[in-house]
Amino acid sequence: MADDREPPPLFDDEKPDKKEEEDDLFATPNEAPKEEVKDEPASLPTEPAQDKASEDLFAADDDLFGDKQEGPVEVDTSKLRRKLTEDVDDLSPIEEPKPLIPTAADSGKPPQSDAAAKKEPPKEKEKAKEVKPAYKEEPANVSTDQPLLKPMKVSVDLHTPKPAQNMQEESAAPPQLEVVDEPPPEMDISGEGEEVDLDSPETEGPSSPAKMEPDSDSSPLEAPPMAEVLPPAKPVTEEKPKPTPAPRKPSMEKSKEEVGYTSFAQIEEEESGDQFALDIKVHDPGKIGDGMGAYMSYKVTTQCLDFGEEKKTSIPAFRRPSMTVTRRFSDFLGLHEKLSQKHVHIGRIVPPAPEKSVVGMTKIKMSKEDTSSTEFVEKRRALLERFLQRISIHPVLQMDPDFRDFLEQDELPRATSTSAVSGAGVLRLIKGVGDTLSKVTIKMDESDQWFEEKQNQVEALDQQLKKLHASVEALVTYRKELGISTAAFAKSTAMLSNSEEHTALSRALSQLAEVEEKIEQVHLEQADNDFFLLSELLKDYIGIIQAIRIVFHERVKSFHNWQNAQQTLAKKREAEAKFKQTGKTDKIAHAQEEIREWEGKVE
Amino acid sequence: MMDGLDDSPDLLAEDENKPRTESVDLTKDDTLSIDISDALSERDRVKFTVHTKTTLPDFRESEFSVVRQHEEFIWLHDRFVENEEYGGYIIPPAPPRPDFDASREKLQKLGEGEGTMTKEEFTKMKQELEAEYLATFKKTVAMHEVFLQRLAAHPAFRKDTNFRVFLEYDQDLSVRLKNKKEKLGWFIKSMSQSVDEVLLSNQKDADEFFEQEKGFLVEYHNRIAQSTKCADRMTKMHKSVADSYIKLSTGLGSLATCENTELDNYLPSSVRGASKETTKVFNKVSECFEKSRKLEARVSSDEDLKLSDTLRYYLRDTSAAKDLLYRRTRALADYENANKDLDKARAKNRNVQQAEQAQQRACEKYEHLSELAKSELQDFKKRRVGAFRKNLVELAELEIKHAKALNQLYRNCIAQLKEEGRAAKAQPQ
Repeated sequence: MADDREPPPLFDDEKPDKKEEEDDLFATPNEAPKEEVKDEPASLPTEPAQDKASEDLFAADDDLFGDKQEGPVEVDTSKLRRKLTEDVDDLSPIEEPKPLIPTAADSGKPPQSDAAAKKEPPKEKEKAKEVKPAYKEEPANVSTDQPLLKPMKVSVDLHTPKPAQNMQEESAAPPQLEVVDEPPPEMDISGEGEEVDLDSPETEGPSSPAKMEPDSDSSPLEAPPMAEVLPPAKPVTEEKPKPTPAPRKPSMEKSKEEVGYTSFAQIEEEESGDQFALDIKVHDPGKIGDGMGAYMSYKVTTQCLDFGEEKKTSIPAFRRPSMTVTRRFSDFLGLHEKLSQKHVHIGRIVPPAPEKSVVGMTKIKMSKEDTSSTEFVEKRRALLERFLQRISIHPVLQMDPDFRDFLEQDELPRATSTSAVSGAGVLRLIKGVGDTLSKVTIKMDESDQWFEEKQNQVEALDQQLKKLHASVEALVTYRKELGISTAAFAKSTAMLSNSEEHTALSRALSQLAEVEEKIEQVHLEQADNDFFLLSELLKDYIGIIQAIRIVFHERVKSFHNWQNAQQTLAKKREAEAKFKQTGKTDKIAHAQEEIREWEGKVE
Repeated sequence: MMDGLDDSPDLLAEDENKPRTESVDLTKDDTLSIDISDALSERDRVKFTVHTKTTLPDFRESEFSVVRQHEEFIWLHDRFVENEEYGGYIIPPAPPRPDFDASREKLQKLGEGEGTMTKEEFTKMKQELEAEYLATFKKTVAMHEVFLQRLAAHPAFRKDTNFRVFLEYDQDLSVRLKNKKEKLGWFIKSMSQSVDEVLLSNQKDADEFFEQEKGFLVEYHNRIAQSTKCADRMTKMHKSVADSYIKLSTGLGSLATCENTELDNYLPSSVRGASKETTKVFNKVSECFEKSRKLEARVSSDEDLKLSDTLRYYLRDTSAAKDLLYRRTRALADYENANKDLDKARAKNRNVQQAEQAQQRACEKYEHLSELAKSELQDFKKRRVGAFRKNLVELAELEIKHAKALNQLYRNCIAQLKEEGRAAKAQPQ
């Protein structure tokens, strides 16, 4: 573990260098004269960054840093380590990405003014303490991972500060100054590109609504307040400087968590059903209306189950312990639409809803009582049930107000955007095309190994599942045909037995025919079971993997956005530097405003 | 495979021998025993080594073997059909042409599709095809053997000179495939026969036994043809099901490796444990599928052997019996024609002598034929019942055996999976 973990930080350290070069290209022309001027703006970005980045997670690091400032280089390693371990243990719920944080934080510090560095730590520490108890609820296994990371962390801590401090002392030396100047953007790069975590906690500082989400993941106890907090969390699609950063960052972290939890934990959970507190049943499908306007409605019964005392309080938002509502298919689609609008954007995997089947529905609409349509309805019912159960076991999605409304409210506003032929459908189609295009055009160098592995793995899994699904489908078809041919054989054997003269043989043949008929039933039944149990399951997971890929894509997109913002920011800075140089003071203010705005976006 | 295939000729031979021994007491089974000791496939021809062991004085030696090709078997069969003396017998159906095209075609298809599947899958599929090819080959050999054995067991056929030549003459019989002209002649002949059959179908039959027999055989033939087709289709489907298990099991296997390799380092231990669980489960299930594939394949091949092959054989046998009936009806028609001719001749008082002779001949022929045919048909019925009984019983036994094995296999698999589940649950605690 430790070995595997090591590379990212190394990588991290290297990466800035590369970026540096790029930045140098931009910067070099103005370098020498800029020196003084740049010092100031350079520190500016770091401060807000620090502000946000330095809540509970970083409190520890800041603290350390504070120590270092006071009793500088003599900080002994053991002390450091102990401190770190303590902090790490406390903070365990925040996932793996952490190792990188120290690097980012530490290297980000040098340019910072001492005063700021000293002031901030205590505040953050308080905050951190407040939050810590909640985190302790986290299962122990996550923290078992953490200790392994420590050695590496410490080593980073020990190494990076020294050069940094040297730099501060010799800040006059131009070549080093370059390095000092450059860090802020670099830090952002390394911090964001690889470790999104850095920013996700930041939300806590400004008390933006989204910040609560990580908590909800970690402890069900915090659920009640969160339910109220969540609605505002709705990510805004237009890029407003302030709220966007919040959702965007968690997205990466979230998807990471999600992939880990959803795809594997769910498998587990499906086997041992006692992990979710909601028991949702979809039943009694019924046809409502006639002709083309007909639709199917399903009864959705929800029961809050109590598993142990802790969980009793887990979902107090429901008014009754058990409720039943009637929903039509498009309501389900509507729910999916709403949930994915809210959550996919920030990196959560929303379970895929069953597909709309025009053919199947038309069949139902047309036919009165038909075996094929009842099969279809039954299949769909099972799909819907699984869909709801998936949502219900998701720690965040189960808290979603839309989901609750769906379960509770007697009447739902009709979802209009889900009908297959509506304008919204067309829009969706166009958007889908756009997405695929951007999927092709946006290339992202995967900087996080975790994601890289994960993505590869998901791809592989997808491929395998698809293959498996195809072969199961083939099996089902073969088996059905086997059933049919067995039936034909039974029939012909019966005929044969009729024309057989020899009575005993005739009897034997007719018995054979009977047996074959039974075998046919068995074959058909088995084909059905193959289909429902295996094929559908695989299809489900293919759907989920699709959802995961969407999330990955979302991540790539946000990375892309962020990089764009990054570039613009660099340009603005340059422009500002020019203004200052040429002495156009009136424009400086404007430029600074712009810079601030873009800094916000970069965050 | 070996046992299964060797079974069928023996069974049939036994069945044939039993009734024979009743009618022909003098000859015991071991007086003339024939088997095909070896078969070689050279390109599209198959060379059978026919081995004969006999105590009959007509043969020069007591034990000898010759190499024969499929065409020579057909030639032998045709000689019997053409010989009027044997008109009253059911001539054993000629063995079907060795047909490996299906297997070859499949192999070719498989080769084309090689890129789309994993190596493991490919080798398994190939093995499966090779086994299939081997089975067809053996079956072909068995058919030829059965043909000879039936001839040898028959009191009349065994004495046939052509048959002897076939068995003894150690040079190439230099039979060629029918050339075009002969083929055309054959075609016309068979056409005229079927037309004749239709014409003769209105022929009143004095003998109720034959009337009834004819109706039965026609119907029976059609139905057994239907059954055979269905049974073939069924076995084929069964085979496909078994084959699709290959893909399933390899698919699951690769899924297992996929789960196993890539996650290990990046997941918290509990999830990693879970993934290992899944891996295990996948592996187990894949194993289970692999085993059940083999069983299903056995079921399918047994079904093919016991059911389809019996049906197919009797399909050909009934058609031979039908031919016999046709010959008899033909003779009857000839006889009636001769009667008419005689009447005419008497009326005109011309050629009475000649007509009388002709009528006499026809009458004799017809009566001889009828007599022979009657006993042959009864024989046929006995044989058929016996063969069906034997094969159906065996089929049922095998099916039960396989079903039990499958049941056991699935039970074990489920038990193992449950065990895993318990172990997995116990671990985290």
